[in-house]
Amino acid sequence: MTHDFLVGFSKSFGLFYLIALSIGVLIYTYWPSNKKRFDYAAKSVLSEDDKPWA
Amino acid sequence: MIAQLTRNERQTALLILLAVAIGGLAMAVGGRDNLLGIHGAIAMALAIVMMFVVIGGYYAPEPTEDRTASYYDDPTKVGIIIAMVWAVIGMAVGDWVAWLLVFPDMTFDAGWASFGRLRPIHTSGVIFGFGGNALIATSFYVMQRTSRARMPDQVTPWFVLLGYNLFCIIAATGYLMGVTQSREYAEPEWYADIWLVIVWVTYFVLYLRTLARRKEPHIYVANWYYLAFILVVAMLHIVNNLAVPISLTQAKSYSLFSGVQDAMTQWWYGHNAVAFFLTAGFLGMMYYYMPKRAGRPIYSYRLSIISFWGITFFYMWAGSHHLHYTALPHWVQTLGMTFSVMLLVPSWASAGNALMTLNGAWHKVRDDATLRFMMVAAVFYGLTTFEGSFMAIRPVNALSHYTDWTVGHVHAGALGWVAMITFGAIYASVPWLWKRESMWSPRLVEVHFWLALAGTIIYVFAMWNSGIIQGLMWRTYGEGGTLAYSFVDSLIAMRPYYIARAVGGLFFLLGAAIGLYNIWMTIRSAPEAAYDMTPDEPVVAGMPAMQPGE
Ligand code: HEM
Ligand code: HEM
Repeated sequence: MTHDFLVGFSKSFGLFYLIALSIGVLIYTYWPSNKKRFDYAAKSVLSEDDKPWA
Repeated sequence: MIAQLTRNERQTALLILLAVAIGGLAMAVGGRDNLLGIHGAIAMALAIVMMFVVIGGYYAPEPTEDRTASYYDDPTKVGIIIAMVWAVIGMAVGDWVAWLLVFPDMTFDAGWASFGRLRPIHTSGVIFGFGGNALIATSFYVMQRTSRARMPDQVTPWFVLLGYNLFCIIAATGYLMGVTQSREYAEPEWYADIWLVIVWVTYFVLYLRTLARRKEPHIYVANWYYLAFILVVAMLHIVNNLAVPISLTQAKSYSLFSGVQDAMTQWWYGHNAVAFFLTAGFLGMMYYYMPKRAGRPIYSYRLSIISFWGITFFYMWAGSHHLHYTALPHWVQTLGMTFSVMLLVPSWASAGNALMTLNGAWHKVRDDATLRFMMVAAVFYGLTTFEGSFMAIRPVNALSHYTDWTVGHVHAGALGWVAMITFGAIYASVPWLWKRESMWSPRLVEVHFWLALAGTIIYVFAMWNSGIIQGLMWRTYGEGGTLAYSFVDSLIAMRPYYIARAVGGLFFLLGAAIGLYNIWMTIRSAPEAAYDMTPDEPVVAGMPAMQPGE
């Protein structure tokens, strides 16, 4: 593995896999059916009961 | 505390302590002609003391209560106290070195009192001692609550907490004696590093085991931040500390890396320590304690997920901004600079999300110093990340690098963000953990808040002024193209700012000491809160009315 190969690899693949991951994250976040789960999660930490669930 | 452990757990604890004591003994004997031997003896002594503690409670009756009915909070309680003790130690040493820069002769001609040995005690004491213990303690608390599940066992959390503190003690005592591998924020030598790997992997597995037991299907976002903190710190720590000791009985080792690779590895580590230790972990803290204290859900849960991944992807590439104008290839510097500027987006998204959460609860922020700590933390987080992105631009860095501007940036983040969010989280959890109505003295929380804020502002402004003056003096040329000022001229110009910084730091330290006292008094003397009182019942007559700071 030469230095040039490593540089070429990080400059090409390194760019695209990050973009792909970012798109994946955006899709997950804005997937309509996930919205309910997120709203629930945001509210559920506020609940007062301080016991593990059975 | 031992009475909480089952007979089996007491035995496991004893076995682990025995193993540590034997390991310490081996180091003490093998390394008797070396500083490593002293560290072996310290580890052995601490393990033996802990063995006596366990043996002292060994025959106490086994716990009978149903343990699935409550969370396991003893390690969190102890962790919070240890964190506050480290805060006072680390900041006291920080202020000491601040005065040392004003009065450089204050070293009594002793090696241990020199700037080079005391400074890492400050940095490790506050980052790892204070910050690390606070992160471990609050993460235990948060992971159980958000999973609605108790930790799987009761020995592992103690191993993590106490093992981690053994590392911190080995680190701090090592610096005093001159043991260092001279990598900033990773100074401890190879044997301490190996120990930390064991502790840290156990911590990670404990977190995953608790999550695996969760009753809540969705993993709340605070856990993602805490997990990123644990996982990435493990990666950073292992790679940056790859080294070969000159002998198994000696402290000294040589890094696997050399030259510019060495520098890049160190600052890949260094900047991601900022990202995942000083940022991601504390964001996890913020995403739990701030909504909880404000009584409002996080403003945008989606935004918190996007900023999570933004921070995780971008930070990894930013480290090379510490190496502008060095032998590092130009394109790597540019890469670091670009990612640093892009980092502003997820950073401000997080800060904005926090402040928007408080929007509509400003009356609470006004009345409640605990919530105000968290609010100020979010503001300073926004400020520090803006400043960082700016300083990462190569021509700006030409002015700021090597100057006190960097130190100002560091402490805007460290005091304004890290310490403030931690104090907020601790003041919120102490009454919850010890089942108290409120802190012993809400007035003292208020006093601490103003001391901390004043101290931070004095510190940061002093360093901004000093840094920019310093940077400009170093690049001012006279008629003949020679430097207009000598280095000593710039030192003399710094002196008033160093005095101001040391005074500001003293304010901050005083605040932390008051906080420790207040926490102690809350544990000792505040009345038990009426347990079964439903939250919205009117306050019973005779109890103190709610005060600001609750
Ligand atoms: C009482 C408050 C504090 C005082 C007086 C103080 C003072 C100092 C001083 C004098 C230095 C050395 C600067 C130099 O080398 O020119 C320093 C460095 C540092 N301090 Fe603090 N400090 C305080 C609190 C904190 C806290 C709470 C943190 C972290 C959570 C922190 C993190 C650091 C770091 C990371 C450095 C190294 C900076 C660098 O290498 O650029 N400090 N501090
Ligand atoms: C977007 C976020 C941030 C960026 C882009 C950033 C950028 C920078 C830059 C360019 C430097 C100066 C490097 C040099 O000239 O040597 C620096 C130093 C530093 N920053 Fe930040 N920063 C950010 C956020 C933070 C935060 C939130 C903290 C937390 C407490 C922090 C802690 C530090 C520390 C400790 C150093 C000193 C490292 C050393 O030389 O020892 N930074 N940062």
